[in-house]
Amino acid sequence: MSVELIIFFFLSALLITCSLLVIFQRNAIHSALALVAALFIVAILFLTLNAPMLAVLQILVYAGAIMVIFLFVIMLLSPGTPERGRPLWWGFGSLAAALLALEFFAFFLPSQVTKGQGMGAQVAEGFGSPKMLAESLFTDFVLPFEIASILLLVAIIGTVVLAKREF
Amino acid sequence: MGSTLPLNYVLMLSGIVFAIGVVGVIIRRNLIIIMMSIELMLNAVNIAFVAFARFHGSMDGQVIVFFVMTVAAAEAVVGLAIIITLFRQRQSLDPQDMQLLKW
Repeated sequence: MSVELIIFFFLSALLITCSLLVIFQRNAIHSALALVAALFIVAILFLTLNAPMLAVLQILVYAGAIMVIFLFVIMLLSPGTPERGRPLWWGFGSLAAALLALEFFAFFLPSQVTKGQGMGAQVAEGFGSPKMLAESLFTDFVLPFEIASILLLVAIIGTVVLAKREF
Repeated sequence: MGSTLPLNYVLMLSGIVFAIGVVGVIIRRNLIIIMMSIELMLNAVNIAFVAFARFHGSMDGQVIVFFVMTVAAAEAVVGLAIIITLFRQRQSLDPQDMQLLKW
């Protein structure tokens, strides 16, 4: 077993544990902290998959900005009554998870697409660097980039309007 | 620097994390935790995109992840603003208390 595989299995185990903690913690703050851990592990996974720029963005945008908003909202609202159980939906939830997992496992067994081989493709020097990302972003994807900027503008205006106390 | 890590393994990890996110959306009764489960699902998809980008040696997958992050940021901000407004009106975060449109 190569070092790469060992690192991957270690990260996978950590990521799955953190994900389970996110959905099974009673306290919303604990969930949010588990999610921060999960996002950091995803960033490390990006690093091992030759995406250093995305790893940095993941930590800055997700673990930094988005999770700060989440924690802020949790502390702002913090409902006094604990969450009631929902026994009715447990069965449905586990059934959905089992079906999804079954589908994924059947689909991701060695197939024509992946042939069960390693990701042997040689990548160019600097693959995943800011330079290569920007080259792709500002040539092939320039229209989606502009649309994303408009989306962010709309989100800013929408948030301000929604969060105002009286309309 | 070829990698020996099989693509299947990364996709399976992505699928498992996505399934966990789906379960979170279904079984939890706290709007904020439901939003966090959605973030978890978006991250699972990002892992798959980055793995395919690495597999094909193309930057396109990573650019899509960049856009997914942008949309996730916008979604989180607007979603949380809606949750704050709802909480002001109902004093509750339980989706069961928000059935105005249910018949």
